[in-house]
Amino acid sequence: MAEEFAVRMVDVTKSFGQVLANNKVYLELRKGEILSLLGENGSGKTTLMNMLSGIYFPDAGQIYINGREVTISSPHDAYALGIGMVHQHFKLVDVLTAAENIALGLPGGAVVDRKSIAKKVREICGRYGFDVDPDKKVYDMSVSEKQTLEIVKTLYRGADILILDEPTAVLTPQETEKLFAVMRNMRSDGKSIIIITHKLAEVLAISDRVTVLRKGEYIGDMDTAKADARALTDMMVGRTVTLNIQRDQPERPQRRLEIRNLTVKDSDGVVRLDDINLDVYAGEILGVAGISGCGQKELLEAIAGLQPAVSGSSVKYRPTGPDGPAEELLGLGPRAVSDRGIRLAFVPEDRLGMGLVGSMDLADNMMLKSYRTLGKGMFTQRRQPYELAREVVRELEVVTPSIETPVRKLSGGNVQKVLVGREIAMHPSVLMSAYAVRGLDINTSYTIYRLLNEQKKAGVAVIYVGEDLDVLLQLCDRIAVLCSGRLNGVLDGRTATKEEVGYRMTAMADSGKEARV
Amino acid sequence: MNHESLLHISKRDGLVWWRAWLIRLAGLLLGMAVSAVVIYAITKLNPVRVYAAMWDGAFGTTRRAWVTTRDTMMLLCIAVGLAPAFMMRFWNVGAEGQILMGGCATAAVLLYVGNACPTWLLLLMGAAVSLLAGAIWGLIPALCKARWNTNETLFTLMMNYIAIQITCFLVAKWENPKGSNSVGIINSRTQAGWFPSLFGQQYVLNVILVLAAAVLMFLYLRYTKQGYEISVVGESENTARYAGISVRRVIIRTMAISGAVCGFSGFIAVSGSGHTISVDTAGGRGFTAIIVAWMAKFNTMVMILIALLLVFLEKGAIQIASQFHLNDYASNVVEGIILFFLLGSEFFIQYSVRFRHSHKKEVEA
Amino acid sequence: MTQLISLLTGAIVFGTVILYGAVGEIITEKSGNLNLGVPGIMYLGGIAGLAAAFLYETHAAAPVGIVGLAVSFLAALAASALGGLIYAFLTITLRANQNVTGLTLTIFGAGLANLFGGSLNAMAGGVGQIHVALTSQSYRAYIPALAGLGGVGKLLFSFGFMAYLAILIALAASWFLGRSRVGLNLRAVGEDPATADAAGVNVTRYKYLATCVGAAISGLGGLYYVMDYIKGTWTTDSTIEALGWLAVALVIFATWRPARAIWSAYLFGVLYWAYNYITGLSRASIELFKMLPYVVTIIVLVAVSMRRSRESQPPHSLGLSYFREER
Repeated sequence: MAEEFAVRMVDVTKSFGQVLANNKVYLELRKGEILSLLGENGSGKTTLMNMLSGIYFPDAGQIYINGREVTISSPHDAYALGIGMVHQHFKLVDVLTAAENIALGLPGGAVVDRKSIAKKVREICGRYGFDVDPDKKVYDMSVSEKQTLEIVKTLYRGADILILDEPTAVLTPQETEKLFAVMRNMRSDGKSIIIITHKLAEVLAISDRVTVLRKGEYIGDMDTAKADARALTDMMVGRTVTLNIQRDQPERPQRRLEIRNLTVKDSDGVVRLDDINLDVYAGEILGVAGISGCGQKELLEAIAGLQPAVSGSSVKYRPTGPDGPAEELLGLGPRAVSDRGIRLAFVPEDRLGMGLVGSMDLADNMMLKSYRTLGKGMFTQRRQPYELAREVVRELEVVTPSIETPVRKLSGGNVQKVLVGREIAMHPSVLMSAYAVRGLDINTSYTIYRLLNEQKKAGVAVIYVGEDLDVLLQLCDRIAVLCSGRLNGVLDGRTATKEEVGYRMTAMADSGKEARV
Repeated sequence: MNHESLLHISKRDGLVWWRAWLIRLAGLLLGMAVSAVVIYAITKLNPVRVYAAMWDGAFGTTRRAWVTTRDTMMLLCIAVGLAPAFMMRFWNVGAEGQILMGGCATAAVLLYVGNACPTWLLLLMGAAVSLLAGAIWGLIPALCKARWNTNETLFTLMMNYIAIQITCFLVAKWENPKGSNSVGIINSRTQAGWFPSLFGQQYVLNVILVLAAAVLMFLYLRYTKQGYEISVVGESENTARYAGISVRRVIIRTMAISGAVCGFSGFIAVSGSGHTISVDTAGGRGFTAIIVAWMAKFNTMVMILIALLLVFLEKGAIQIASQFHLNDYASNVVEGIILFFLLGSEFFIQYSVRFRHSHKKEVEA
Repeated sequence: MTQLISLLTGAIVFGTVILYGAVGEIITEKSGNLNLGVPGIMYLGGIAGLAAAFLYETHAAAPVGIVGLAVSFLAALAASALGGLIYAFLTITLRANQNVTGLTLTIFGAGLANLFGGSLNAMAGGVGQIHVALTSQSYRAYIPALAGLGGVGKLLFSFGFMAYLAILIALAASWFLGRSRVGLNLRAVGEDPATADAAGVNVTRYKYLATCVGAAISGLGGLYYVMDYIKGTWTTDSTIEALGWLAVALVIFATWRPARAIWSAYLFGVLYWAYNYITGLSRASIELFKMLPYVVTIIVLVAVSMRRSRESQPPHSLGLSYFREER
């Protein structure tokens, strides 16, 4: 009898230190189907798939491939079993060509036979409609070219079981459609596919079945035909959460930041932010929406003085309203900004890589931005930061063994509380946050929303860069939509619809052309 | 076809300090045991007597104890100089060259104005020029690192050999007597520019200066704003930029300090102990000190212990070697073996290793 | 003309020593391991070859040069690979810091070699310096008929076989890294071990093998120095260490390309010996001349970092350890 399941994972458990990433998870993938692995950020989807592809080794549980129990202790084992995974962060070697990346790790003759690789690559490309230049170096490729190469790589290796980790996050709608078409082709070719996602629309559009994870636990699976967005959301979040985020009318909003003609190029000279004109008001929360990598990071970092802007760009800071004195922020740098008494708070996306120092304790992290003015002369003063750390721990209910614990050892939510707590303690006049609730549990997320609202009420100009449209629509007073580094409209948060924001994220309104990432 | 690895290795969350030191001690003892076997193989001498003889070599007489102290201080001084660079994750492997440049600068002062100035002024000038010379030698790679992100490990390594050739050049220029290819003892008659004896002991000033440097560096790294900046830059340059710290300036400033202190140890080597200049003024200590600084985890107080251990091994092994008509290099062998074990023992402090049992058994159980 | 030829022959002999060291180190570094133990490994190779030849020559009833050659060659390979193994075990399995481990290996190798080199003869009950004339002669053997063909003959054919072997190994390494499947995997390991791992390359095995094979090749530099350069004797000093660091410099100068290392090695030789052929230099300025190879290396290092060309950078993960489950 032919085995029905390509993959069965039974009671698979994995923990990292104290954190239980997967707890007795069950997953089955039938042959020749597309399965969506659905869950919020941090629900353990990628960890589970990493165990299937040999990146991690499970602490407990069994994995069956085509009905046979297997041990996958390395990517090599996974590949021998016909499992190929396309990671969210591409696993490509920059200085090698496409063909060399494909040949990497493969058995075969002593010499890399470029000709036969190129031939087989063209064959695969022809069958599914890809376009890959075998001799192109990876560092010369665009994001979608790299993703294509990744998929071709797994197919080249004869993978029957494909895992795609959030493949659409970096794609334009057109590219997404193309990818979906390819996936359907592969399915009719008899391949079994798992697509990791947290987007319901994609689940419904592409998959035959869906498995839902929540907080590292298996919640259930169902046929997509029988599923609807409502039911899936319930499974994903546990209960229907109507986001009861408080939103007051802004009190006497005043223009505080005037962003004019802001253009930012990265170190390779690629335009990341193109001629942005935007006002930010004190006493309101301005949301920034967009597909990831569309200039959100550059926008915040340019304002914070961490990214140089092209000349002609301007960000004027008006502490006392539109008629008051103005100060140009660009070109100052974070040090000069704080020296001029401009209280610019910034909660960056990379919490431990930018906002905090992982190896330092809570108290030392509290003085990251203020150490210069604390203490006399050349010596640091640690009493005040220590007191502040205790206050933040108490006020925001940070779970930590002690003030002297390195922040690296705290969980994600507590790390974020420490960071936000410090930024708010500086009594900012502008507060910028990037993906402030990413990876946080519901309670902590609400704490963050509450804190942002308090700041808004206190007359702070708040910028909230987010990915969850529901949150953006229910928290923010206005929503600026970025599309490929350009501003594609500023919408009223109270009247805008999800569809409208979603559409503007993917297509420029003025030209009507599809946006490219 | 599949095999899972038998050992499961995971990062420890943190080990009580005394257990960490116990592991290091075990590494040390294991290294000493292996060294004993090697020494026995060569000399056929009872290992216990070997270590007794080593003790004798390092501390057997007052004179030997003082030489051991002097050399410990020298090694410590260099390691103290390396501490800020390493804390910033800047691989300054150029201490050897920085010492030599400091030493050459000191020797120049002693040679050219040695008989024209009082000793206190000579010492001040020697200290100043050695600090400056070392700082310059550290600054060159730092500037390139700050500006173009040039690989500092390779750059500082190359700078050593340029310094060595400059030293050879100066030795040839200053040689005394002619044709000896050595500078000889500088100011041997007048002792101008030499460290004065304090409390009737020759090397007391060395001890005072180096211990002061160690304490100051400890305070600098722990309690000053600049020390704080160094740790932030060492952890993450992005965080540093975010905090408004100029990474370039911190790299440049820190390497100037690091080079300066290494150069200062050249001053101590010339004015305070050797009273001459040659490539042996550094003699590989710049490299040994890297190991000292690294193993002490940037803590200058712990460096004292490690420096003492290494110098003890060196002196002891030299003693054995001379008793058995071997050459001094025996000490490098012992030093190497023990360092291998100490380096290896760090793994067991950072990670816990346990045997992984088969998953099938777990199911049955 | 004669002067030029004698400069070039000197440069080739000198260059051969560091070429071995550099090609071995390139292979090691391509796996992401920055082994600063090259000088120590060259010491190990040199002393092992010398000791093996010595033991053979003193113990065999009727020693034959070619056997001495074989014995010493194998001994040198084994000893230097063993040195590489120590480094690999500490840095890969025990995850010790690469720079510190490498420097320790240099201290250890130099110590061991000079300890034995200085006292081997005395320990065996002999007098005077160690000398393995017979073995050294077979290392230095060349075809007189070819070497006699005037200046060109001398320039091309007057060397012992190891000078040619070095070129062969460098070319083979160049082909290996650029064309072969294993070489491709190795480059990926040094650039981006996580990616290589995900592609099914056994990173640990590659790092171990590259480090040990690389060390074995580097060690031949020490062997060549002892057997050919100083004709089967030993000098207890730090010459090999200086040559070892020069080999590390050569790796940078050749921008991690073995084929480029060939002419670069000879260029280093020319730079190093040039002072002999410039009249009127004082002994002091000769010393300044000897720093030229290091100066040009620094210039290349800085230039490469200024241009930021993707092709001539050090392997991206050079100096970093790799553990898969780190999170």
